[in-house]
Amino acid sequence: MCSHRILTAVIFYTILIVPGRANDDRGAFRLPEVVPAPADNKPTPERIELGKMLFFDPRLSGSNWISCASCHNPSLGWSDGLATAMGDGMHALSRSTPTIVNSAFNRFQMWDGRFRSLEEQVWGPLLASAEMHGDPQEIVKKLQSLPGYVQAFEKAYPGEGITKETVAKAVASFERTVISKDSPFDQWQQGDEDAVTAAAKAGFVLFTGKANCIACHQRPDFTDHGFHNIGLRGNTDEGRYLKVPVKVLKGAFKTPGLRDVALTAPYMHNGMYRTLEEVVNHYDRGGDNKENPDPNLKPLKLTTQEKMNLVEFLKSLTGREQVITLPRLPQ
Amino acid sequence: MNKPGVVRLTAASVLILWGAAALGSEEFVIEQKDKDFWYQGVKTVTLKVKVGDVIQFKNMDPYFHNVFSLSDVKMFDLGSYPLGQSKSVKFEKPGKVEVECAIHPQMHMVVDVK
Repeated sequence: MCSHRILTAVIFYTILIVPGRANDDRGAFRLPEVVPAPADNKPTPERIELGKMLFFDPRLSGSNWISCASCHNPSLGWSDGLATAMGDGMHALSRSTPTIVNSAFNRFQMWDGRFRSLEEQVWGPLLASAEMHGDPQEIVKKLQSLPGYVQAFEKAYPGEGITKETVAKAVASFERTVISKDSPFDQWQQGDEDAVTAAAKAGFVLFTGKANCIACHQRPDFTDHGFHNIGLRGNTDEGRYLKVPVKVLKGAFKTPGLRDVALTAPYMHNGMYRTLEEVVNHYDRGGDNKENPDPNLKPLKLTTQEKMNLVEFLKSLTGREQVITLPRLPQ
Repeated sequence: MNKPGVVRLTAASVLILWGAAALGSEEFVIEQKDKDFWYQGVKTVTLKVKVGDVIQFKNMDPYFHNVFSLSDVKMFDLGSYPLGQSKSVKFEKPGKVEVECAIHPQMHMVVDVK
């Protein structure tokens, strides 16, 4: 009897209170004006410019052919449009390329969260034999042999030289400039009622209410920085559990942020869904794989119109286009 | 129908409380709120307890949390549980126990067992 009352109260709260609160709580989804950076690597124009050169330079890879931008392509939402990434020797990897967009706000990097900061993350793909297959000493030697880089490092990190640390710091500084902002959703949140469609507004109410996407895709960047098993059919990748062997993490992956999500298809850690409609249908079913699913997952019973509204809302999260000019690399 | 169960539970609780009081052990309540650990209304990263003390972890967020530790001193996994529910752990050996929420690993604290 008591639990029935609690359940009724929870349903009432979820359906009625949360949507109202979300609409009255404008500004809660606003990202910080200042992008966070470590105390020993505050951004400067020189650091960002150097990081951009390194990001687009394929000579950092073992094959001299793959740059960070090969997979994190700014023309494809800073991802690659592939279900799973393509690494050294054109071999397919088992997970999809996460976008760089707003990674500055991530508390954990990579699908399994194995790195905390962007600085830590940089050398992961650079050295992985299946990815860029670089050699740290070779990379540093190569950069030291190019006067343009020697000068750029000296300007960016005076007296620190060209080292693994300064390479990571520079790339991270550039990545922190890849920010999605001023989306129609943001403009609506700041008071412009005409910035988004009625369908997108209805989708936001569903997102924070009946569909309960907000349980994991939390404000302000639409992520809880957490790890969840979302019940993907046929998934055998144990994800975060391989790093932290706690049962709830078996098959769990990091909650991606959703800004610019319409630009980063395909979706999920293995890229199994090509469209946002397929993603919404997945959650509407409450997931498929019933082995160790996140307890937040349950069938949503959304109508066709509600599903369309959710997709409209997700599309309203596309930020203003950031113009990227390709750097001329030191020869 | 439920009454005998309630009576047994109450008797068991009294026994535990009596036992705890006899040993001088205490029970602490740590709240999980806004993806942080809180003790007595303050965000907490370290809590000092004595051997035999119990910590009750209570979820105050509208989504599931987990509590676990892989520390040598005390290894446990409380699973995941929703808003309003709590689970308890007794700390039986001295040492530092790192406690986290597996779902939201930014939630991290150390229980310093003396």
